[in-house]
Amino acid sequence: MTSSAQLPPGGGGVGEVADGPRPYRTGGAGPAPSKPAAPPVVRGRAALLTAALAVALLAAAVLAAGVGAYHISPGDVLSSTAHRLHLGGHGLGRVGESVLWNVRLPRVVLALLVGASLGCAGALMQGVFGNPLAEPGVIGISTGAAVGAVAAIALGIDVFGNWTVSAFAFASGLATVLLVYALSRSGGRTEVVTLILTGIAVNAFAGALIGLFIFFADNAQVTQITFWQLGSLSQATWPKVLAVLPCAAAGLVIAPMYARKLDLLALGERPARHLGVDVERLRIALVLVVALLTAAAVAVAGVITFVGLLVPHLLRMAAGPGHRFLVPGSALGGALVLVVADLAARTVAEPAELPLGVLTALVGSPFFFWLLRRTRRRQGGWA
Amino acid sequence: MIRTLLGARADRRLPEPLPAGGTAAEARGLVVRLGGRAVLDGVDLAARAGRLTALVGPNGAGKSTLLAALAGDLAPAAGEVLVGGRDIAAWAPAELALRRSVLPQSATLAFPFPVGDVVRMGRAPWSGTPAQDADDEAVAWALAVTETAEFAARPFAELSGGERARVALARVLAQRAGLLLLDEPTAALDLRHQELVLRLARERAAAGDAVVVVLHDLGLAAAYADEVTVLDGGRVAASGPPAEVFDGPLLGDVYRHPVDVLRHPRTDAILVVPRREP
Repeated sequence: MTSSAQLPPGGGGVGEVADGPRPYRTGGAGPAPSKPAAPPVVRGRAALLTAALAVALLAAAVLAAGVGAYHISPGDVLSSTAHRLHLGGHGLGRVGESVLWNVRLPRVVLALLVGASLGCAGALMQGVFGNPLAEPGVIGISTGAAVGAVAAIALGIDVFGNWTVSAFAFASGLATVLLVYALSRSGGRTEVVTLILTGIAVNAFAGALIGLFIFFADNAQVTQITFWQLGSLSQATWPKVLAVLPCAAAGLVIAPMYARKLDLLALGERPARHLGVDVERLRIALVLVVALLTAAAVAVAGVITFVGLLVPHLLRMAAGPGHRFLVPGSALGGALVLVVADLAARTVAEPAELPLGVLTALVGSPFFFWLLRRTRRRQGGWA
Repeated sequence: MIRTLLGARADRRLPEPLPAGGTAAEARGLVVRLGGRAVLDGVDLAARAGRLTALVGPNGAGKSTLLAALAGDLAPAAGEVLVGGRDIAAWAPAELALRRSVLPQSATLAFPFPVGDVVRMGRAPWSGTPAQDADDEAVAWALAVTETAEFAARPFAELSGGERARVALARVLAQRAGLLLLDEPTAALDLRHQELVLRLARERAAAGDAVVVVLHDLGLAAAYADEVTVLDGGRVAASGPPAEVFDGPLLGDVYRHPVDVLRHPRTDAILVVPRREP
């Protein structure tokens, strides 16, 4: 045995040991170039993209707050906001103030929260399942949440007043996730395939329940249910914003803390465990966060698809798959997409209003088909 | 409080360096059942600091299962696996990751991370410890010795099978754990890179790490291993230095094919040659 020198494990280095045994010396492969392992281009691009998304989101929010049947210029929007924050500026007329603060802004803020929740939930789901096509709908959260909302409407339940539908959607969404998770666990672990297949079964069951409630509902209720299922932000009020805010904020704050572990999970479950990740614990924590975010969004806005699928996908193509950018970036991107989409939903067919969920699916699905084909052709794999 | 909830690893115990010949990991009377069948049936093995142990044997003998049990991926049905003198199940994942690294048989990646980022993932266990200062240097070193530095910026998915295998090895080397478990590290590699990989494993052993390698090529095992454990049907058929273990009749028996063990006329190296009809 020739080994005599022991460096502190994990430490040590090429340059530190001049003579004698050199624990981490360069092998016969030539000199060790100190090439930076993380391409700085991608890091820079992520920072730039974050800034661009934030600026675009702010601009879209100001614009969306002003556009509509009663027009308010962007300058007036900013001015009125500054006035309310006691930062100078000036108030608008009585009508202007009312439209801006009671109609437009709650709606914009709600779009922002729902979009951020959906985008972030999508990025987390894709990371958890190591599959860029995964989506909160896959494991049954959206449909599960819809069951609660539809039940509340169809049975005429009114225990929480205006919040009844939201509260029921949230409760049943969360219950669905826990059910799916409990059913797909075996021997303390969850296989991805089992989880997704269980999700499909639960989706089918939830779909049947929704059908049953619709069957028992009267005409007015059916209209209300359909409207809710199509997805819309037209019922936005400050109380609704406050109802989503705690869930969305908690989810959005917790999610980025798992970014590094999600990167490791891309190697597969066992390699991630070999690198010190408690995979089972990570998975249940993230599924709960996803449930929190999605149920919150579905509860107030109905079923809005494709935001959680498309936004992370596009960002991954633009700035690489690192989750430290992708998770918060998808929240920003999702917020931007939904603010813009909601603006479009209420302006393209004025004075009628398109259902938001229909609009996102209409634009989202062909785009997604195109993405799939493009990615497959170019990379021979999923981006 | 929040940090503990999130599984932060504030109080990880850092590993102590092992004296040469000290036991890094040990299997005692190990029985592992998969689908009701005993894939390992009473196996004893010790991975010692400074030694390169080769696991050989026919397909289905239990080599990879033994490695997975040593890695903590499979729970024993009977017997025990100790890492650093402690039951492997008693270690927190984050603490175990400071003590052993594992090269899987095939390397996959769900998202198109660049090669440099993949190798850097090997440093994750050390984040938050003083050793994280060595991250850049460890990554650069691992890329250089595995000859993968030239594609550090390329996406992992674009690489060939052999290149991926070397990148996966670079990630494992960057982890700098005292116990290296390598499952068929040479399977996808050409002759030159097979030699490179085993020379690296040899060097890690010489520097004081315990290295366990699953190998199919008996010639490579004979040339590089300090000790060879021959598995057959979930049991240890033979164990010891290559010169003792590699015996024609024994190998012929285990592989169910006649084998000649010769000496190289010039270097006296052990050559294992399957007997072929002329």
